[in-house]
Amino acid sequence: MTTSSSPPLLPPRPAPPSARRSWRGALRQELFATPLDGVISVLLLAALLAAGVGFWHWAFRQAQWAVIQANTTLFAVGRYPLLQQWRLWLLVTLAGATIGASWGLLRSHPRADRSGTLWPINDLVAIAVLAFVAAWLPVALKLPVPLQLRWWAITALLLVLRGVSGQWGQLVPRRLLRFLPLLWPALYLFGMVLIAGGLGVPRVPPSEWGGLLLTLLMASFAILLSFPIGIVVALGRRSTLPLLRWSSVLYIEFIRGAPLITLLFLGQNILGYMLPGGWAPDRVWRAAWVLTFFCGAYLAEAVRAGLAAVPVGQLEAARSLGLSVPQALRHVVLPQALRIALPATVGQFISLLQDTTLLSLIGLLDLLGTARTVMANPEFLGKNAEVYLTLAVLFWCCCAALGLGSRALERRLDPSHSPT
Amino acid sequence: MVLSLLLASCASDGGGGGEGVQSQKMETIRSRGKLVCGVDGKLPGFSFLGPDGTYSGLDADTCRAVAAAILGDPEMVEYRDLNSSERFAALASGEVDMLARNTTMTLSRDSAGGNGISFGPTTFYDGQGLMAPVASGIKTLKDLAGKPICVESGTTTELNLADRMREQGIAYTPLKFQTGDQTYAAYLGGRCVAVTSDRSQLAAKRSSFPQPDAHILLPEVMSKEPLTPASINGDPAWADALRWTVYALFQAEELGITQANVAAKVAEAKANTNLADLRRFLGVEGDFGKQLGLPADFVPKAIAAVGNYGEIFERNVGAGSPLKLERAENRQWKDGGLIYSPPFR
Repeated sequence: MTTSSSPPLLPPRPAPPSARRSWRGALRQELFATPLDGVISVLLLAALLAAGVGFWHWAFRQAQWAVIQANTTLFAVGRYPLLQQWRLWLLVTLAGATIGASWGLLRSHPRADRSGTLWPINDLVAIAVLAFVAAWLPVALKLPVPLQLRWWAITALLLVLRGVSGQWGQLVPRRLLRFLPLLWPALYLFGMVLIAGGLGVPRVPPSEWGGLLLTLLMASFAILLSFPIGIVVALGRRSTLPLLRWSSVLYIEFIRGAPLITLLFLGQNILGYMLPGGWAPDRVWRAAWVLTFFCGAYLAEAVRAGLAAVPVGQLEAARSLGLSVPQALRHVVLPQALRIALPATVGQFISLLQDTTLLSLIGLLDLLGTARTVMANPEFLGKNAEVYLTLAVLFWCCCAALGLGSRALERRLDPSHSPT
Repeated sequence: MVLSLLLASCASDGGGGGEGVQSQKMETIRSRGKLVCGVDGKLPGFSFLGPDGTYSGLDADTCRAVAAAILGDPEMVEYRDLNSSERFAALASGEVDMLARNTTMTLSRDSAGGNGISFGPTTFYDGQGLMAPVASGIKTLKDLAGKPICVESGTTTELNLADRMREQGIAYTPLKFQTGDQTYAAYLGGRCVAVTSDRSQLAAKRSSFPQPDAHILLPEVMSKEPLTPASINGDPAWADALRWTVYALFQAEELGITQANVAAKVAEAKANTNLADLRRFLGVEGDFGKQLGLPADFVPKAIAAVGNYGEIFERNVGAGSPLKLERAENRQWKDGGLIYSPPFR
């Protein structure tokens, strides 16, 4: 392309109005620019204030939180045997340590093309919130003192590791750092052994898992396994082999054509008849597999959209450089496609996490199932608002964490700042 | 290892009484060492999880009694929460050994051409009732003439109410609501003078009201809901064992044997050979257990685990619970109720 064919430069635009405004000026401009704006703003603020005061009054004057305080164990782990709960504590401790270390190392090794600070403002806010919640929640829930101390110790461990690995993370050679992501699957597998038993640890059958433990376990299991399924099926759907293509289409369309609750019932009822008694996988695992295949079909479509967005020239260029098709997919096409598909994928994961509440309808004691059995306790009849609000907050926290994590990942993978 | 040995020894003890009685289900339960019992899990007073992770309620106690009878230990129960659509499939596929899940006995559920399940004795006679504020002075259906009644729309409850009122020629105004919560909120808000639903549900709701004592259940019952434990058709020996374990709880109340005095009663029966009925009932004499394929002492084991029927009722749904249900139809036959055990002979 020659310079002579480029369009003439536009005249320079006027500079935007000063980005620095006094907060008073900003307030006036945003909320009270015209009389009508002012009226609307005042009305909205009054409505918000009234709702806030009403909620405050209910939450701290009328609501009886004993239903939550008495059932914290049930909400957290369901009927997990008391004597085996040390395994879950160990898992939480390890997870806290891994989070702290990964977080610090991530900050001490910013991407080569970015200038990263060790303590960005987001992290400071996150640490403040975490510290506040960890300090306040165990007391508010009236946990026994030893349990309160445990939560404080775990939070402290997380924060200390965040600081240490952030400060001295540079000393870790980059070669070793490449293995850091492997820490997470290792922790997950170890966690499964801790939860379910085996390898010398007494077994705890899935029928005794419950509450937040079951919800997170189901969601994470389905998320981890549906991801590879989604990629394979998405590639299969674009394959030139007819058998592969048609079976992928059949799978996707079958799953997407039925509501999840139907598939869950199908899994629970049909498997019992199809396999002789005792051979069918436990009901919890049946549900887990249904969730996995359900999510896999939707993910396949998200990944397919990502694949379609990668120009075909990318594959051709890679092939002409001598890469085989699998190599080209692995190193050129998929990294771009998955980055494009990331927001849709995480959206799918978030909706999967919320879909786990359907497990309560097939009689599993996930968070919602636990909540319903707690509300059936004659001692706590009529405390529905307290229980449902707690559930909503718990789910919001989990989904917000997924969303925040995905946006951080998007920023880190964003190519727009990459060196040219 | 130790556990499996223990279980094996339990199993052989239990099997000792069952010679000659063929029951595949009971063999499975013994070799498994656990009774798998299908419950609702979310029904106040019938089955729910306590804060310590144990099941309570009238239905859960039925499971416990059966486990105590067949395995000798009421805690050897694995509960399965089942919803109403999967309960029969779970029973038919053998996933659960029995149901104690507020299931109404009906012809189509019992018959081989229907759901093909085998019902035991009814443990709770429920039925549609009416609740009204004490202050309103309403005592019978007749007092409701021309008054508004709150009802959940699209339920059999709504139809039953209409039928009964038409039979008696009482005009009334139904106020229909989509959900139970709306219905009771309208009732508490004074928009109607009475609300109708199953009596056990009404009692559960009432106990969550700010002033439970300000509301009464009217004596009229508008439908029959016999809530009954069940097992699979095709294993009559297992169905008999279940049936007579529940009857034993009824009979124990009639004989005045309670959780507290059952040990003393057994000692008394052993000491006095003249108490033939008591000796047979408690397994000191005769071979009732053997005939059923159960251990000889299955009756005292069941009573020691959960108490007699009256104790179970009072503890879970009666005066000893927040539900405060009247015994009503669930009294012993001698007191004018429907709880009746055939003779242990």
